[in-house]
Amino acid sequence: MAQTAKRDYNLLGPSSEAAIASGLAAAEWYHTEVDRKQMKALMQRSDGPAIRDTVIWLGSMLVLAAGGIYFWGSWWAVPFFLGYGVLYGSASDSRWHECGHGTAFKTRWMNNVVYQIACFMIMRNPVTWRWSHARHHTDTVIVGRDPEIAVMRPPDLFRVILNFFGILDAGCAMLDMVRNAAGVVTPEEKSFIPEMEHAKVIRVARIWLAIYLATLALSLWMGSILPLMLIGLPRLYGAWHHVLTGLLQHGGLADNVTDHRLNSRSVLMNPVSRFIYWNMNYHVEHHMFPMIPYHALPQLHELIKHDLPTPNKSIIDGYREMVPAFLRQLRNEDYFLKRELPATAKPYREELHSGVAAE
Amino acid sequence: MAQWIEACGAGDVDEEDVIRFDHGGRVYAIYRSPEDRYFATDGLCTHEQISLADGLVMDDIIECPKHNGRFNYQTGEAKGAPVCVNLRTYPVKVEDGAVFIEV
Ligand code: FES
Repeated sequence: MAQTAKRDYNLLGPSSEAAIASGLAAAEWYHTEVDRKQMKALMQRSDGPAIRDTVIWLGSMLVLAAGGIYFWGSWWAVPFFLGYGVLYGSASDSRWHECGHGTAFKTRWMNNVVYQIACFMIMRNPVTWRWSHARHHTDTVIVGRDPEIAVMRPPDLFRVILNFFGILDAGCAMLDMVRNAAGVVTPEEKSFIPEMEHAKVIRVARIWLAIYLATLALSLWMGSILPLMLIGLPRLYGAWHHVLTGLLQHGGLADNVTDHRLNSRSVLMNPVSRFIYWNMNYHVEHHMFPMIPYHALPQLHELIKHDLPTPNKSIIDGYREMVPAFLRQLRNEDYFLKRELPATAKPYREELHSGVAAE
Repeated sequence: MAQWIEACGAGDVDEEDVIRFDHGGRVYAIYRSPEDRYFATDGLCTHEQISLADGLVMDDIIECPKHNGRFNYQTGEAKGAPVCVNLRTYPVKVEDGAVFIEV
C-alpha cells in the first residue's frame, strides 16, 4: 500500500501522533546477529585513535589559521582558509556526533571537551542536540518523530544547495541561539529535551552569544573581518564537506521503516573524507550498533556486510544514485530507493513496512 | 515478600560483562565486575526500556546499547544524558557456583 497522506514533519503534528499510534515510534529495530564476544571486542573504548585524530585536527587548524593570518590580505591566504574552514565547519560535525555518543574517547572528560568545542564550531547547542540525536536514533527517519531529517519530502533542493555554504543552517542556528539566550525554549524543543535540561540550553546559548559578540566587536575594532574568518564564518565557507557526506546518510531512501538497512546508506570513501567524517560513511553500521567507536566501524563493516546492502563505491557513486531519486521525489514524494540485500542477508520484515512502497 | 531467586551460574557471566535474566514478567541484568564481583539491576534502561544486556561494562559502568546512556551498575545511579532515572539494584549472593538475586 502506497503512503497517501502528505508528510508532516512537525514533531507535534498529526504524523507524530500517527507514528505513536501505529507503533512506528520507539519501535524495535532490526539488528544483524553478531556473536557477543566479537561485539564486545569491537565495543572496547580507547583514547589512542581519538587523541591522535584530535591532535591532527586541532593542530592542523592552528597551523592553517597561523598561515591564513600571516598571508591575510593576499591570495596566499585562500588555501589556508579553505583548509581551516573544512576542519572548522565540517570536521566539527563528525566530532560533535561521535563525542556526543561518548564513544570516541575512552576517557569521559575528553569526550566532553571535544564535544563542547565541536558543538560550538558546528553551531549546535550541545544540550539540545544531545537530545535530538537520541531521538534520531530512536526514530530514525520516522516522519514527525525524527528532528534530524536532512532532506524532507518533497525535497527542497534550493535549501539543500544553500546549506553547502551553511546559509540557512547557520542562520537558523544563530536565531535559535539568540532565542535560547533570551530564555525561550520552543514547544518542539520541549518535545525531546527534558525540563531539567532547559536551563543548560539557555546557559550555553548565553556563553556562545557572548563569544560571538566579542568576536564581532574585535572585528569592528580592528576594521577587519579576520576575527570572524577564524570564528563563526568558517561554519559557512567550510560547511560543504559535512553537507556533501551528510546528505548521503539517508538521502533518497525509505522513511517510516524500522530497519536501518532500508533507510541508511554506507559509502566507501577516500581516506581524507573518512578522516573529516570520522568513518560515519559506515552509516548503516553506526545506526545498527551505536556502541561501536568510529575507529572500529571498518571492522564491524567486514563482520556484518553479508547482511547489509552493498555499500556505494564512492561519494560520486552515492550521488549518482541519490540525486535522480531526489528529482523523482519532486514529482512523487512517495518514491524512494529500495535497497537490495545480498543473498546471504536476512530478509526485511516486510510486514513491519507495509505502510510504504517503492515505485 | 522478598525472595532469593537463582538467576544463573556464576560462569554464565563473563568477567566484566552482563547478561539478561527474565523472571516473573520482569527483566534483570546480572553483572560481573572486573574484580570478579556480581551485581544485579533492572535489566531495561530507564530511558527507553532497551535491554542493558546488549551494552558494554566498563569498570563500574554499564553503557546502554541504544543511546549510550550510562549507569553505575553497582549503585544504579544514572550518570548523564540521555538517562536521568536511576536503575533499581538488587542484592546478590553466589552459592555453590550459582548467582542468586533477592527480588
Ligand atoms: S534507551 Fe538506554 S540510553 Fe536510551
